[in-house]
Amino acid sequence: MSATSLFRKESGVTRRSFLRASAGAAGGLMVALYFDLPLLAQPAAKTYPPDAFVHIKSDGSIVIQVNRLEFGQGVQTSLPMVLADELDADWSHVVPELAPAADVYKDPIFGIQMVGGSGSIAHSFEQYRELGAKTRSMLVAAAAEEWKVSPEQCRTEASVVHGPGGQSAKYGELAEKAAQMPVPDKVKLKDAGQFRLIGKKTRRLDSHGKCDGSLKFGLDLDLPGMKVALVAHPPVFGGSPKSVDDKDARSIPGVVDVFEIPATKNGKAIAVVADKFWTAKQARDRLKIDWDFTGLEQPDTAQLREKFKEIAATQGNIAASRGDIKVLDGISESNRLVVEYEFPYLAHSPMEPLNTTIRFDGDGAEVWAGSQFQTIDQMAVAQTLDLKPEQVTFHTEMAGGGFGRRAVPDSHVQREAAAIAKRFKGTPVKLVWTREDDVQGGYYRPMHAHRVEIGIGADGMPAAWRHVIVGQSITAGTPFAAMLIKDGVDETAVEGASDTAYDIPNFLVSAHHPTVNVPVLWWRSVGSTHTAFVMETLIEELAIRAKADPIAYRRKLLKADAKNLRSALDLMDEKSAAWRHSLPKGHAVGFACHECFGTSVACAVDVSIENKRPRIHRVTVAVNCGRAVNPLTVESQFQAGVTFGLSQVVPRGAITFKNGMAEQNNFDGFTPPYMADAPVAVDVHIVPSTEKPTGCGEPPVPVISPAVVNALGKLTGKRYRSLPLVTI
Amino acid sequence: METYKLTVNGEPKEVSVDPGTPLLWVLREELKMTGTKYGCGISACGACTVHVGGIATRSCVLPVSLVEGRAITTIEGVGKDPVGHAVQEAWVSEDVVQCGYCQSGQIMAAVALLKSNRKPTDTNIEESMGGNLCRCGTYVRIRQAIKAASQKLA
Repeated sequence: MSATSLFRKESGVTRRSFLRASAGAAGGLMVALYFDLPLLAQPAAKTYPPDAFVHIKSDGSIVIQVNRLEFGQGVQTSLPMVLADELDADWSHVVPELAPAADVYKDPIFGIQMVGGSGSIAHSFEQYRELGAKTRSMLVAAAAEEWKVSPEQCRTEASVVHGPGGQSAKYGELAEKAAQMPVPDKVKLKDAGQFRLIGKKTRRLDSHGKCDGSLKFGLDLDLPGMKVALVAHPPVFGGSPKSVDDKDARSIPGVVDVFEIPATKNGKAIAVVADKFWTAKQARDRLKIDWDFTGLEQPDTAQLREKFKEIAATQGNIAASRGDIKVLDGISESNRLVVEYEFPYLAHSPMEPLNTTIRFDGDGAEVWAGSQFQTIDQMAVAQTLDLKPEQVTFHTEMAGGGFGRRAVPDSHVQREAAAIAKRFKGTPVKLVWTREDDVQGGYYRPMHAHRVEIGIGADGMPAAWRHVIVGQSITAGTPFAAMLIKDGVDETAVEGASDTAYDIPNFLVSAHHPTVNVPVLWWRSVGSTHTAFVMETLIEELAIRAKADPIAYRRKLLKADAKNLRSALDLMDEKSAAWRHSLPKGHAVGFACHECFGTSVACAVDVSIENKRPRIHRVTVAVNCGRAVNPLTVESQFQAGVTFGLSQVVPRGAITFKNGMAEQNNFDGFTPPYMADAPVAVDVHIVPSTEKPTGCGEPPVPVISPAVVNALGKLTGKRYRSLPLVTI
Repeated sequence: METYKLTVNGEPKEVSVDPGTPLLWVLREELKMTGTKYGCGISACGACTVHVGGIATRSCVLPVSLVEGRAITTIEGVGKDPVGHAVQEAWVSEDVVQCGYCQSGQIMAAVALLKSNRKPTDTNIEESMGGNLCRCGTYVRIRQAIKAASQKLA
């Protein structure tokens, strides 16, 4: 369908965003992105022409462009559901496609094309409804003109327009004519009672291809004449080769070239290009590189732990302040709790190793990447190849997980791929990061230390709370700093604590952001990965101290306006009551609740100890995510996302450093949760809501770890303040 | 370079590769069968699981020189088998997948389990599936789907 006119977006917040190149620290050009803050946003025109999103073919199939990466979160099903509902499409006709990089596919709130902040549904719900409604309106207009009736006399159902005199026409038959109709400026959206897909449990559209091996991920891409590149990265970030002996590597048949390329933190790496992966891998393994780490900080986890602990004893930049923290000093020692927490670096390690394929054609380039940041990655490739972004065609490939790892502000994987492709004009080159590259390659959830001093009031509730958080800033030095660092505090490090839903009268949260020679990155649920652990283990501890029921204690402490979190807590209470009150011997229940990305979650877990490890028999989760667009996806995200959250609990879940080098290099040393580490059963309950939908990608993660250790504490009598749980 | 005659999903195939080349890369790069996935290369994650002589095997560490003349089944061919078909159907109806990258391996492991044990207990499932990593964490639904397939096959 091609539209003859464009339409103006009427609802939702629009942001101006613009991109420009400026001189950066690396000596070359660094891409800088400038975002408007939401409150400063101009009501700038933003048009979403339906023809950029919907293509109805004459055979009736309805191809819908999804303006986001699909990497497990289910958006390739749920956004088409939203559009198809307003379109009154026959769901079986819908074919989703991942949209390439283009202005029109930018996130309506963030102003760049991306997946992050659990924003896919939250930001595009209204947008996709309008697109569906406008397309429907054009189809009706086409039919009405044909039948010489008024559009109001027509109705639509299952991809068919019905006229007042018993006429009917399939969307596929009307598509060509409908494309000539003007795009309506305004269109009436359905009342919730008219939804046929929104709110209905709907199976994913990508299941078949993911179950029979036919679906192609980025790594599966095979182009004529394609070469494969592997890179030997410096084992200390920022390192460079002093000398390289590549004789053995080059002697392997199929090796095309071996050369130096720029790497993260101004380092240098050695790229090996070959006809195939296995050839490149053999060749890389045979490189003899003497690395130079002169002048580089070589961090050591044990030392960092001591250093962070020391820093945590001092006040940092203030993130949140309420009441008078001096109240704390007036509370007797016996009513004070002083605690310290430690959290390690965590790797995302999506199952599909990182990769990007680029063909450089001199005056243009084509990129294939499973990217959470199409706009930024496209610019990085353009910059590396001395092209303009519009000269770079950027295909969004299906990605095997990401969890934040494919949303990298410095686009280091794409920059490497572009630097390599630049030498092979006309030849597509696929850069593959092996699992070892991934585990050792940085961009981790930062290591953190927390120190909290709590003064307990006569009523057993916290009267004063002083909280210091120490950890590297994720956004410092990136284009996101301007938006996310305020008064020296990186919001991504304190969120979940500074904005706690608990009503603590005298409250002070401050943060320190030491620099460490380890690149860090957002990891699914970001700050809440550690802040929720601290908050929820402490609240449970305070409840125990007060001899109060932990759920009742939370209810009492929640702010009056924390309605959504309260609703989740209530539903969890109700749904877990039966099993909680009949726990077998040797089992204990633990709780946690947390709000992040606008979604409120409460959970109860049933834990025992087996083989000296926590065994999680059952999890009951209650969630308030506004209107649930696809309740089946919401359920799945929570059932599985809690296991992702256990990544920081499993004994070998951490990345540690010695002499500046990661001590783990694959899933044998860095071991995420396997089936036995995961809950046996997870029941998910959604709070009925007619509010706008909020995201469900990240909110499953924060609650599980504190709930599990809260249960474990009841069995062992210990408090757990250091993750991962190497021993219990 | 050596030439090997393989039987993949019942079809004869011939490849010329270095003898040490893992079966995984022969499948993916020589035979262009990319349903079998690379996840770790050290047989730690199970994404590369195929059946060799009916046994669930990690193809990422198995040199092609060792599989000549043995029946190799991959995710692309497992659906021709009634158990394989039932498992794939159960995976779809239980809406197991998320990112889906590990699921070829999960399905191959589940098929091997159900071929040897039509009524697996939770413990059997954990033992057979215990080495297959799913970073999304879809284990709850993997269990459900195995039980659903088991019922269907009963």
